[in-house]
Amino acid sequence: MTTPTTARPTATTGPALSGAHPDPVPPADRPRKGRKHSSDQPRRSVLLSVVMGAVLLYFLIPLWWLFVASTKSNADLFSTFGLWFSGDNSLWANIQDVFTADGGVYLTWFRNSIFYAVTSAVGAAFLATMAGYAFAKYRFPGGNLIFSGILGAVMIPMTALTIPTYLLFANAGLTNTPWAIILPSLVSPFGVYLMRVYAADAVDDTLLEAARVDGAGELRIFFRVSLRLLTPGMVTVLLFALVSTWNNYFLPLIMLNSPDLYPLTVGLAQWQGAAAAGSGSQALFSSIITGSFISIIPLVVAFLFLQRYWQSGLSSGAVKG
Amino acid sequence: MTAADTRLPDAPSAPIVKRRGPSPMRRRENAAAYILITPFVVVFLVLLVVPLVYSGYLSLFREQLVGGNTFVGLENYTRALTDPSFLSGVGRMAFFLVIQVPVMLALSLFFALLLDAGVLYLQKLVRLGIFVPYAVPSVIAALMWGYLYGQDFGPGAQIADIFGLPAPPFLSQDWMIFSIMNVVSWEFIGYNMIILYAALRSIPRELFDAASVDGAGTVRTAWSIKIPAIRPALILTTIFSVIGTFQLFNEPNLLRSLAPNVIGIDYTPNMYAYNLAFINRDANYAAAIAFILGIVIMVVSYTVQLSSQRKERAGR
Repeated sequence: MTTPTTARPTATTGPALSGAHPDPVPPADRPRKGRKHSSDQPRRSVLLSVVMGAVLLYFLIPLWWLFVASTKSNADLFSTFGLWFSGDNSLWANIQDVFTADGGVYLTWFRNSIFYAVTSAVGAAFLATMAGYAFAKYRFPGGNLIFSGILGAVMIPMTALTIPTYLLFANAGLTNTPWAIILPSLVSPFGVYLMRVYAADAVDDTLLEAARVDGAGELRIFFRVSLRLLTPGMVTVLLFALVSTWNNYFLPLIMLNSPDLYPLTVGLAQWQGAAAAGSGSQALFSSIITGSFISIIPLVVAFLFLQRYWQSGLSSGAVKG
Repeated sequence: MTAADTRLPDAPSAPIVKRRGPSPMRRRENAAAYILITPFVVVFLVLLVVPLVYSGYLSLFREQLVGGNTFVGLENYTRALTDPSFLSGVGRMAFFLVIQVPVMLALSLFFALLLDAGVLYLQKLVRLGIFVPYAVPSVIAALMWGYLYGQDFGPGAQIADIFGLPAPPFLSQDWMIFSIMNVVSWEFIGYNMIILYAALRSIPRELFDAASVDGAGTVRTAWSIKIPAIRPALILTTIFSVIGTFQLFNEPNLLRSLAPNVIGIDYTPNMYAYNLAFINRDANYAAAIAFILGIVIMVVSYTVQLSSQRKERAGR
């Protein structure tokens, strides 16, 4: 039932190959440049690099198309070649259209997306960090049992939860409010698992003992000593919670019905639905495309700048996964 | 079955002091642990366990026009198991799973191995470029690919036109499922690649030294040392992909606006459950569908795990 618990034994059999290393798993935030695999440096291959260049094109061309398309007027979209610019640049006009269409609702969606994502992510990361740390650093009655229960939940499909959650929220009068998005997004079982793995390595037991000898209370130790050491892992969980809330479509689609509360995903999907259905007064394709392009910029930039965090966090999760 | 019971047998071998009543120090630590897990556990119970139980409860009832809710036992379940809409959706997702997941993970693994072997120029660019689609919401990805597939101004159609060929029918009955597979692969190959790459990077380097002493080449090392060593990460990515596949919703739901005749409301089990709950207003039946779907996911994930463990034991 519990994926990673039962997967953990296999994690220890991997290194058993080496025999001599009972615990070869390095500190979690380890990925560093320039690790020498073996004494002889690998030869770089031109052929493989060219192949990977083609692969890279596959991944980047759609985004290139999106950028090019957002510089075109609606008419040019149909009349000019998609992967190259048309004569005149309509990017600025498109941006103005996006932000003024339907009384400027796009900006509201953007603000909503940011608000939902940031609130949920901060909350989820903090809850996961506290719980993960407790599971890693304390042996307490029922601890293993509770942890197994949480891990088992990783496999529960969102749908099985979203529909009953909607009904419960409807009874409580919470649907069509920001709470309907934020509350369900606070639960991150995988975040707890990740933080437990991370805390096990990042917080040294002798340090905790020393703090206890100094007479510090347990919670004080957590907030004053451990939390600082846990920050990189916490940022990783935060980043992934941020992405999953920012990208969420199913939950807000179900929970919300007033456009003023929509996040970008639901709003843009609705514009698209209206445009594809051909209703005259609705948003034009050029607005949808430009709106989509603008909407992906924050996350792409965040990932580029926070590389250190997501890479280290993923490694700590994957190594022992 | 509690943790305390299982700890008893090996108490003699464990040097840790075990007393009847916990020491004051011990008690303080336990209290701290409970305080630290409480916020998460409360949220977990209220927002995950309660809806799950409620869903199970709902699935045992049926709303009558007259007389409100009646208990019908497993009737919703038997109905689902003979419902062609549900079964065809599950079948479609099984097909999707069998084709898309192996292709996606094989590519992710291959790219990760190449990056780890350090045989490429511009490594960092390749790594980031392949990962970037993960930062694009699936709704936006589906929307964008929908335009790319389109007959009107999609580049595919435009290029075909230059050569005087008919536009490739990406959104037709026969092609649609592969078109969706492509969108999903585009989104997640990079994500899986990064997970596998991170796992590869943390293999202790002594293993490779031993291998190179034995004269194993790059390919040989990859096959017989690296891949077995990252098995846990491979299992993790496989299981996440299984879960994601059976829950497919966003991409087909978005593409539906472009091809409503190809993608019906029951194209995926998840879309079907959504439509049952919110269009047909049949939450009870939707709950049963969602439950069965959850069971299917668990069974498949568990099978993945068991078979990989058996393989491992056989390999020893």
